[in-house]
Amino acid sequence: MAKIVVDGTEVDVPAEYTLLQACEAAGVEIPRFCFHERLSIAGNCRMCLVEVKGGPPKPTASCAMAVKDLRPGPNGEPPVVLTKSPMVKKAREGVMEFLLINHPLDCPICDQGGECDLQDQAMAYGADTSRFAENKRAVEDKYIGPLVKTSMNRCIQCTRCVRFSTEVAGVPDLGAIGRGEDMEITTYLEHAMRSEMQGNVADLCPVGALTHKPYQFHARPWELIKTESIDVMDAVGSNIRIDTRGREVMRFLPRNNDAVNEEWISDKSRYVWDGLKVQRLDRPYVRKDGRLVPATWSEAFAAIAAKVKGTAPTKIGAIIGDLASVEEVFALKTLMGKLGSANIDARQDGAKLDPALGRATYVFNPTIAGIEQADAILLVGTDPRHEASVINARIRKRWRQGGLKIGLIGAKVDLTYAYDYLGAGPDSLADLAGSSAFGDILRKAERPLVIVGQGALARPDGAAVLSLAARVAVAVGAVKDGWNGFGVLHTAAARVGALDVGAVPGPGGLDVAGMTAPGALDVTFLMGADEVEVAPGAFVVYLGTHGDRGAHRADVILPGAAYPEKSGIYVNTEGRVQFANRAAFPPGEAREDWAILRALSEVLGQTLPFDNMQALRAQLVSGYPHLGHIDEAAAADAGAVSTLAGVGGSVDKAAFAPVIEDFFLTNPIARASAVMAECSALRLAAAAEAAE
Amino acid sequence: MSVRRLAAEQPESFSFTPELEAIAQKLIAKYPEGRQASAVVPLLWETQKAAGGWLPEPAIRAVAERLGMANIRVLEIATFYTMFNLEPVGKYFVQLCGTTPCMLRGAEAIRHVCEKKIGHERHVSADGTFSWLEVECLGACTNAPMVQINDDYYEDLTPENFEKLLDDLAAGRPVKVGPQNSRKGSEPEGGPRVLLDPALYAHDVKIGQEAAPADEAPTSGAPAPTSGE
Repeated sequence: MAKIVVDGTEVDVPAEYTLLQACEAAGVEIPRFCFHERLSIAGNCRMCLVEVKGGPPKPTASCAMAVKDLRPGPNGEPPVVLTKSPMVKKAREGVMEFLLINHPLDCPICDQGGECDLQDQAMAYGADTSRFAENKRAVEDKYIGPLVKTSMNRCIQCTRCVRFSTEVAGVPDLGAIGRGEDMEITTYLEHAMRSEMQGNVADLCPVGALTHKPYQFHARPWELIKTESIDVMDAVGSNIRIDTRGREVMRFLPRNNDAVNEEWISDKSRYVWDGLKVQRLDRPYVRKDGRLVPATWSEAFAAIAAKVKGTAPTKIGAIIGDLASVEEVFALKTLMGKLGSANIDARQDGAKLDPALGRATYVFNPTIAGIEQADAILLVGTDPRHEASVINARIRKRWRQGGLKIGLIGAKVDLTYAYDYLGAGPDSLADLAGSSAFGDILRKAERPLVIVGQGALARPDGAAVLSLAARVAVAVGAVKDGWNGFGVLHTAAARVGALDVGAVPGPGGLDVAGMTAPGALDVTFLMGADEVEVAPGAFVVYLGTHGDRGAHRADVILPGAAYPEKSGIYVNTEGRVQFANRAAFPPGEAREDWAILRALSEVLGQTLPFDNMQALRAQLVSGYPHLGHIDEAAAADAGAVSTLAGVGGSVDKAAFAPVIEDFFLTNPIARASAVMAECSALRLAAAAEAAE
Repeated sequence: MSVRRLAAEQPESFSFTPELEAIAQKLIAKYPEGRQASAVVPLLWETQKAAGGWLPEPAIRAVAERLGMANIRVLEIATFYTMFNLEPVGKYFVQLCGTTPCMLRGAEAIRHVCEKKIGHERHVSADGTFSWLEVECLGACTNAPMVQINDDYYEDLTPENFEKLLDDLAAGRPVKVGPQNSRKGSEPEGGPRVLLDPALYAHDVKIGQEAAPADEAPTSGAPAPTSGE
C-alpha cells in the first residue's frame, strides 16, 4: 500500500495502482477516452492528464503512471496529485481542442448522440468555438461486418476496439493502419469481423465511430426506457439492460456484473431483438381440418380440455423449452402433477442430467468468476466459444495471465486460446483417470477445473460419461475443501432452473426421447420447445412465442410472452438465481406463460393454487428456498460429485458431437431475426471459404 | 505524408523463395521461442527486397503466416513505416529528399527533372526502369540536394548531372555513387577553407593541453572556428 494525496485527500492505495485508479479511490473522477478497466493501457488519448508533485514537472497521463512511480517529497511526504489545478484544466482543454479539430460536428445525426463520451466531456472541457480554420481530416468508412457500423471521420483513435478484439475477444481482426493523422481503424482488407463478441466494440467506442448497425437511426437514448434484465440466449445469464420505446424493444445492452459477464455480452444476446418483432404468435390458433385457424382463448382452451379429458394421464406429457423462466416451469410441472402425469422433461436435447443425484452434478460448481482461480482446465465435449461466449472470454482472460494449461476432448475447434487436444470421445476422457500427460497436469494443479459440456451428455450414454467425468474430476483432485472444480456448462437458459424444480420425468415417466416417439403420447404440451420433433399422432399444444417448428407441428397454439415481456427468475449455469424484469408487453392477445397455464388449469378442472405472480413465487420459494436468494450462486454439496463418480456405466466409443450447429440460430427468437440470419449466412460463407 | 493504401493491382500469390526462407530462419532465430513476431520488420524488409522493392498484399499475408501473426498486425506495420513500399517501384527507385536543406539547395529543380524524365511521382516509367518518390530528410544535408537510388546516395546534384545520372543508369553505364561533383564525401567543396594555418599542426603540443586554457579564456586572440559557409 502507498499513500498519495489527491486534491488534498490522502488515500492509501496499492502501490501498483495507476494514478487514475488512485484518484477514483479518492472519489475524483478523471476524464478518459482510451483507458478502460478491462483492457490494456494505451495512454494515447491524453485526456486523463493530471498534475503531480513527485513526478515529471508536466501534465502526466494518469492512466499510464503508477502510484509507485512517484517520488515522496523531501521530508518523506506522500506524492501529490492535483486534478483541478489550472495546469490540469488548461492541459485537458488543450487535449479536447486537438481531439475536436478533426471530429465532425455531426452530433445531430450521430447514433452516439446523447450517450457519447466525447460529447459529455466536451461540455466540461471544450471551447465554444474552433480556432481551426483548415480542412478537417476525412477518413473513408470501413466495412467491418454486418453488426458494427463505422463512421470513421468520428474516430479519435483511442484503439479501445483494437485492444478489445485482440485481448478479450481473442480474434485479432481490428487494427490501426497508417500513422499519425492518417491512422485508420480497419480490419484486414475490410473483411467482416469474426468474433462472436464483436458488438462490444461499439459499446467501448467512446465516440460515434463504431455504432450498432441494426440499431442505426432507430432511437435516441433519452427516449428509451431502461429495464434491467437477464439474457436467455445462453445459460450464462448475462446481465442486460433492455431499452424500450413505447411497447417496442429497441436494443439490448450489457450490464456490468463481475460475477457473471463482466461487461460483455455475445452478439446473439445483443442483436437478437429484431427477432422479437417478427413471426410472433399474437393470438391463439386451433387446427381445424388440417389448417391452423385463429381462435379465441376460450376456444383454444376448450379444444385442449376436450382432448385432455378423454386421455389417460400416462398419455399426457410436457416438454419444456430452453427459454422458460423458473416460474412457468414450476407452473407447468404443478399442472402435470395435478393431471397425474409423470411425463415432463426440460432436457430438450436429451442431456442425461439427473437432479436426483444432487445439485452439484448439474451446475457449474466453480462459478464463472472462479475460472480465474483455475490453473488447469479440462474441457469435455464442449465448445465454450459458441456455447457460452462470455465464459469463453473469461477462460481466455485467465489464459492470458499465464500459467494455465487447457485440454480439450471433443470436436477440434478454435477457442481463441491454445489448448492440448486430447481426443474426440469418452476413451480419451477415461485415459485421464489413469496416468497420462494431461492427467498429471491436472493432478499437479492446485485448482483443476473439469468443464463438461452438453455435447458429452446429450447422448444415450450421457449419464455414464457424466459419471466418468466426475470420476476424472475426483481422481485429479478437482473436488476438495474450498474448491469444487467440477462444472457442467449448459447451453439453455431454462435448464438449471428447471432441474432445480425437478422438471424431469417422475417415476415411470417418459423423457424427451420417449415422449416424442410415435404412439407414446396422445397429448403433448410443448412450452417453447422447438428443438424437438414430435412424432405424428399426438395432439400437440404449443405454448410459445414464435411461429417456429413447434408451432408448425401444433394442434393448438397458445401465444406466450418472450423474455423481455415477462418478469421471471432464471438460474444460470453456475446456479446463480437472477431476476429478469419485464420491459415490454407481449403482442396482441399473447399473455405471460404462467398466466396461460393458470387459466388453462381452470378449464381442465385442475386449478393451479395461485392467482398471481406473487403467490406463484411464494409457493416456488417455499418449495425451493434457494430460488429466493436472488443474485446468489449457492454452493452445492460437493459430496454429490463423488457419489456421481461412483455411478459408473458403460460408455460408447463415439466422438462427442458439437451441440451447436449454428451459433446464431439456436432458438426460435434468433431464428426469426434477420440480423442473426445475416450473421449466420456470413459465417457459413466464411466457413465454406476456409474449407476450400 | 499521406494515407497509404495497398496497390490496386496485386499479384495472385507470393511464396517464400528458399533464399528468403533461409533469411527468415536466421532472423527468427535471433529471438526467443514464441517471440518470432519480433522479426517482423526485418523480415518485411527482406521480403520487400525479394518481391522487387515493394510489398504486395500476398507477401504481407505470407509474412504474417510465417510469423504466426494476424494479417492485420503485419499490415499495421507495413503501413506505418514509409520505407515499406505498398506500390510497385521501378528497377531504379529514386527517393528524392525534399526537406528544408535540400529544398534550399535546389531540390525543386531535381524534382522537375524527375517529373520530366520519369513521370508523375509514384508511377513506374513505361519501361519499368524508374519510379520516384519525394521523401523526408535522408540525413545528407551537407551534400544537398540529394537522392537515394535503391541502396545508394547520389549527392550534390544539379539538374544537369542528375539527368546524366539517370541516363547512365538507364543505359546501364557505370555511375559514381556519392557526390556528383568534385567533392570527396562531405568535405568542403574546393578543398578546406578553415583551420588552414600550418602553425596549428606544426608543433607537437598536445591539443588538449592548449585547448583547455583557450576554453577558459574565449576572449583571447585565437581565431574562432567559422563555419564553411
